[in-house]
Amino acid sequence: MAVVERPLGGVTVPKPPETNEYAGWESWLTTVDHKKIGIMYIVGAFVFFLIGGIEALLMRTQLGTPNNTFLTPDVYNQMMTMHGTTMVFLAIMPFNVGIANFVVPLMIGARDMAFPRLNALSIWLFFFGGLMLYFSFMAGGAPAVGWFAYAPLTMKQYSPTFGVDYWIIGLLLTGIASISGSLNFIVTILNMRAPGMTMNRMPLYVWMTLITSFILVFAFPSLTAGQIALLFDRHFDTRFFNPAQGGDAVLWMHLFWFFGHPEVYILILPTMGIVSEVLPTFSRKPIFGYAFVAYSGVAIGFLGFLVWAHHMFGVGLGPLANAFFSGASMLIAIPTGVKIFNWIATMYLGSISLKTPMYYAIGFVSMFIIGGISGITLASPPIDLQQTDSYYVVAHFHYVLFGGSIFGIFAGMHYWFPKITGRMYNETLGKIQFWLTFLSFNITFFPMHITGTNGMPRRIYTYEAGMGWDVYNLISTFGSFLMAFGILVLVWNAITSIRNGPPAPNDPWDGSSLEWSTPSPPPAHNFDTIPIVYSRRPLWDTKYPDLDAAFDIGTKAVSRREKIEQEKARMGELPTESHIHMPSPTYSPLIAAFGILVAGFGAIYISVPFAFIAGLIGLVILGVGIFGWVRDSRRDSPYLVSQH
Amino acid sequence: MSTPPTHTTQDTHGTPSSHAAPAPMLGSLGVDSRKLGVWAFIGSETLFFAALITIYLIMAPVNMARSDAQDPKEFLDIAFTSLLAAILLASSLTMVLALAANKRGDTRQFRIWHLATVILGFCFLGGQVYEFNKLLHEGVTLSSSLFGTSFFVLTGFHGTHVAIGAIWLLSTFFKVTKYPDSPENAMDIELAGLYWHFVDLVWVAIFTLIYLI
Repeated sequence: MAVVERPLGGVTVPKPPETNEYAGWESWLTTVDHKKIGIMYIVGAFVFFLIGGIEALLMRTQLGTPNNTFLTPDVYNQMMTMHGTTMVFLAIMPFNVGIANFVVPLMIGARDMAFPRLNALSIWLFFFGGLMLYFSFMAGGAPAVGWFAYAPLTMKQYSPTFGVDYWIIGLLLTGIASISGSLNFIVTILNMRAPGMTMNRMPLYVWMTLITSFILVFAFPSLTAGQIALLFDRHFDTRFFNPAQGGDAVLWMHLFWFFGHPEVYILILPTMGIVSEVLPTFSRKPIFGYAFVAYSGVAIGFLGFLVWAHHMFGVGLGPLANAFFSGASMLIAIPTGVKIFNWIATMYLGSISLKTPMYYAIGFVSMFIIGGISGITLASPPIDLQQTDSYYVVAHFHYVLFGGSIFGIFAGMHYWFPKITGRMYNETLGKIQFWLTFLSFNITFFPMHITGTNGMPRRIYTYEAGMGWDVYNLISTFGSFLMAFGILVLVWNAITSIRNGPPAPNDPWDGSSLEWSTPSPPPAHNFDTIPIVYSRRPLWDTKYPDLDAAFDIGTKAVSRREKIEQEKARMGELPTESHIHMPSPTYSPLIAAFGILVAGFGAIYISVPFAFIAGLIGLVILGVGIFGWVRDSRRDSPYLVSQH
Repeated sequence: MSTPPTHTTQDTHGTPSSHAAPAPMLGSLGVDSRKLGVWAFIGSETLFFAALITIYLIMAPVNMARSDAQDPKEFLDIAFTSLLAAILLASSLTMVLALAANKRGDTRQFRIWHLATVILGFCFLGGQVYEFNKLLHEGVTLSSSLFGTSFFVLTGFHGTHVAIGAIWLLSTFFKVTKYPDSPENAMDIELAGLYWHFVDLVWVAIFTLIYLI
């Protein structure tokens, strides 16, 4: 186990004084530290992941046997809606955001995100949005319209409770959180890189986070516009999506899927980035085809905006539209396939170290291939028309979202667990949990391919016996409970390891990127000296200076030591900092987010008399928060501090 | 494993002068971080308005084909909204003049042009309130027709953005007036101005696509 304890090249500057303004739980409420915010994101996402899992278990219990009466149809619809919405918006997205929050600034050699207070606003809006959505259970019933919320089922006469309104405003809050978080990532990654960290030297995880952030910033407004129109339809009798009055239900589908398809890349691209870090580290070999992996991500992000109507082949858009969207969808298989071959080539001839993150990364690649292939079949309109709205589709997207995203997230959570917590997790438990999850995942979802091709429709609360679905459904239900047991093992491993795990060294995996040069866990200011970067793998350079530089495309082999000297000469004098300046903790983002929450309740009940008072109170609280925010930013201004 | 740091530039670059004007906070791209953030935000907002405008354009022919159609040509007063467009475009000009005056260090001119921008913004909003009122009295409401539905939501959200922009400009004005020596003032004004120009540009698109065509 190689441990890097020496600093990278750089200038030592005075450390900032420790801030004692807030301690204990207040330090979490007031934090603007990207690492604490990242941890809060991960913990919050995990709690919602467990809740969404419980909803799935309730559904699987209902579907385990035919003609079951465990859940009423209405409760089943609520569970289905909340499971989908929770897993997409409150589990996988914040998992990814949380890991990126913790890791990205460390990877690019920054002390924090570009906008630390905006980062704090994002975490609170995510929490409040999620809690608001779940508050609907106590306010007359959760939404029961599916996570896609198709019109006209969402119209007031068919969904009379306020569930849909909670869905709209709750997701609007998490949407503001996501957009401001993405703006933060874009600026951080483009503008806060350490000296020498050019775009083409960034770790691939940073590349994927950057691409994801751009996708999110451009995809979410379509959902927001649609949701606002839907809110007006429900409260002010506008006619956007109400076919009875000339509205257009298919318009909602277009608005939703113009967001919804890029959304699946928002869910999968960051985990592709995680796998692109884990596979080279545990193969002890640089990633194969760095540029191809990075630019394939760009291609996926771009093509992702041109394929939304493949979710709507069943509508009957006509042969021309079907042909275009089918062709564009199949095109995406090319950059995705490029990545898969690059990952496999990375492992090829590597000295593979089979640790838990590597298990999950290999699991990701193999399960994602299955989900990808069933996706290609669905991209073909004739096959899609046969399979649409069947359990085949459910099997497909669980293979990419669980077998893909969640496996990738688990790989990342094990990989960075020592860095985040300062403790090692239990390797044996990690591997047991991997096999439990891997087997139970396939036991649960593989039979759905068969029930789907045998005609079992999705989104139904029960079915008749003797349709040829009974055994497969029972197997799926058994698998889902085994999966829940696997997750319990994960929880147990995490809790016991945080409490009693052996202390983690700085660099337990012999990693190549900058986060492994910091202590575990890293101090508030991340780096005592801002590192200077001379290659794509700065840590391997300092640890193995006599090996050949892997990226050199010249004919002569150059050692890393020589390469660094060449780079130093080429880069010349670099800017340095004269002091470390960290932003102060503050309550302002929490206050501002609370104001938006209160105003959001006003918006949910917007057509109810006097609800506007809640909106006004919320805006006043928001104003107080923004006022404090401006005061904080003035107090922390680097211009003013540098003048003292 | 311990070798001393391999690279140091402290001796060449280590003495910050206390009274020199501070350098702008430029990042790896050579752009101010906040400016980059506002540009990315404007990119996001563009897609929001693109969605609302698309909804309007999709609903327009359906509206005309229905028995309860309300013809925009009958209700929209192009002469009046041309005046509103002129007001908003003039406010973009005064915004440019305010920023230029601030860069020259001409406080008096800055105050005049910056406040003029805010006042023109509120004039536009007043005009929009008048226009909405007139339409409501003529029977065009949110629920009267597809035209009413898509028109009010689109222009209403644009008006909301104008209001937010005006409040942003006003708070920038108070901040700059209270702390005239702050080195961040120029960027504060520029960012508020950037957003203001964007809101004006959206109106140009709405005016052309909804009123003129």
